[in-house]
Amino acid sequence: MKLPLSLHRLWAIVAKEFIQLRRDRITFAMMVGIPVMQLVLFGFAINTDPKHLPTVVLDADQSAYSRSFTAGLENSGYFDIRPYTGGVAQAEQGMAVGTIQFIVSIPADFSRRLVRGEKPAVLVEADASDPSATGNALAALASLNQTVLSHDLTGPLAQLNSAPPPFEIRVQRNYNPEGITQYNIVPGLMGTILTMTMIMMTGMAVTRELERGTLENLLAMPVHPLEVMIGKIIPYIMVGYIQVVVILTAAYFLFHVPIAGSLPLLLACVLIFLAANLAVGMMFSTIAKSQLQAMQMTFFFFLPSMLLSGFMFPFRGMPEWAQVIGSALPLTHFLRIVRGIMLKGNGWTETWPSVWPLLVFMAVVLAIGLKRYRRTLD
Amino acid sequence: MSEALLIDVHELSKSFNGKRAVNGLSLQVRGGEIFGFLGPNGSGKTTSIRMLCGLLTPDSGSGTCLDFDVLTQSREIKKQVGYMTQRFSFYDDLSIRENLDFVARMYGMDNRRSVVEQSMIDLGLADRREQLAGTLSGGWKQRLALAACMLHQPRLLLLDEPTAGVDPKARRDFWDEIHRLAGQGISVLVSTHYMDEAARCHRLGYIAYGDLLASGTPDELLAASRLVSFNVRGSDLALGERLKALPGIEQVVAMGHVYSVSGTDGERIRQSLSGIEGLRFEPVETGLEQVFIQLMDRTPEKIG
Repeated sequence: MKLPLSLHRLWAIVAKEFIQLRRDRITFAMMVGIPVMQLVLFGFAINTDPKHLPTVVLDADQSAYSRSFTAGLENSGYFDIRPYTGGVAQAEQGMAVGTIQFIVSIPADFSRRLVRGEKPAVLVEADASDPSATGNALAALASLNQTVLSHDLTGPLAQLNSAPPPFEIRVQRNYNPEGITQYNIVPGLMGTILTMTMIMMTGMAVTRELERGTLENLLAMPVHPLEVMIGKIIPYIMVGYIQVVVILTAAYFLFHVPIAGSLPLLLACVLIFLAANLAVGMMFSTIAKSQLQAMQMTFFFFLPSMLLSGFMFPFRGMPEWAQVIGSALPLTHFLRIVRGIMLKGNGWTETWPSVWPLLVFMAVVLAIGLKRYRRTLD
Repeated sequence: MSEALLIDVHELSKSFNGKRAVNGLSLQVRGGEIFGFLGPNGSGKTTSIRMLCGLLTPDSGSGTCLDFDVLTQSREIKKQVGYMTQRFSFYDDLSIRENLDFVARMYGMDNRRSVVEQSMIDLGLADRREQLAGTLSGGWKQRLALAACMLHQPRLLLLDEPTAGVDPKARRDFWDEIHRLAGQGISVLVSTHYMDEAARCHRLGYIAYGDLLASGTPDELLAASRLVSFNVRGSDLALGERLKALPGIEQVVAMGHVYSVSGTDGERIRQSLSGIEGLRFEPVETGLEQVFIQLMDRTPEKIG
């Protein structure tokens, strides 16, 4: 029996596939680039145990004990004490914007009551909108009151060292008191889904014209490039809003995620974010030669967006360089906006620091896209 | 036919990646004229047409199309030119009516509905108005494309191989339509490979490897070629090969049992043919095809 398979024919197909693969440079680059990117991101950038979280200590006591406690926080590695002179209100503002993760308040009578054995309390407020970012730090905190003052409490005070601990640490989880993960994930998911779909759809919308040959006709008509770009963006803004409504409805009724802030403000910020992503799609479409390439570029952009934005892994856990890259991505800022408005009830003043980077990003991308847009077939 | 020049370009050149696609093209097309643009594949016809309608910017040269500068006023040109691409380039997933409606909107036409309706009636598309363009056969696609590029009532039509892959009946209908339009004063520049279509043009231009080698009316080109042709019949099966070897014979075309031979020296051909026994031959009119083969043979292909 002779097999109906021929090595020659098999080889002919293998050889042809290789030639085609070699000609399609972008696909090849993606095949190499995406694993490398994943390795770097997962291997170096992502850290599920974030340390050095920005912390403000409001020390009203200013005693040796309070300073020891502060030093103890810093030594745990989880808390990065920032020099701070402002009041409580300013610190709260910092937490709303997202620049401060913990606020530690040591009362004025801390050392007096400590010495008397009255077990004073220290208040630690945590930004718990992302439970995974604060979880380990809070766990480390729990045992701190046992050990941190053991060197200070000598002589007659040594008896205070015995259990129970000499003072109490009261933790207040702001914005997400029960530490529910959905509160963090669901609003974040909105940004991720929008990034993915918006970039891919616009990217493909323009390359489709190129692929099917309809672009030649479009260019032969007296139409301005901006008319084409905006005309292609508007339908997808509407699609984006439909997605937002679906996600918000599900978030509210299905996952019971609160919407603490103003809904109109959220929807206005969504518009900016949608436009920024659509501009990215437009820019990709001016580079990609086929719909497949547009899709690959979308993934190339989507991957770091998902991993470095703080959606899946705490932003503060990443090394400096990864945070810099993350800050250049629109999703990073959008996540802060959405979580800020939905969980923290942020208003316009707390939102603005995350809005302007989106505007800058959009302007830059749109400019590149317009510059690259083909007015002619040259 | 008005004598005003609708297309008047001089020395247009265009290169892609260092390769010259069009080399110093000068072209004049008058109002109400059907100008046939001929040349072998890859000779720069499409590039030339694209430069005329502003899709490509010429590297050098100058000129006007509809009195607008081809280098700087492509937007104005686009408004008054109807361009039909070589490959069908309307939206497969839109119906005939939707495609035409889109084009009408793009040109900002006031009475859009009636214009679209009228153009569908004129080109016999009305019965299929809701059919998706992607499901149309070649001939219908071509009609749709013509309807679309006529919609904004352009003064000049640029047609890039409009009848490639279309059956003879549809081709004839198409050309009848072109002549009807020319009768209304619209000028047409059409590129083609079909000699019967070339014969239906008022004037012809022959382009090869970026150079415009000849232009004139079909009769002028025939006269200028100085070709003389004969139909030859014989019983020899290998007659074609033998004829090619005869002095004076430049072209031999087998057409069934008849061979058409041509050359520039009629007397010499007669002598050559008389020398072979059992041959019958008679002088015939030279066709445009022979003229263009002659032009192609004279231009060695330039590579790179």
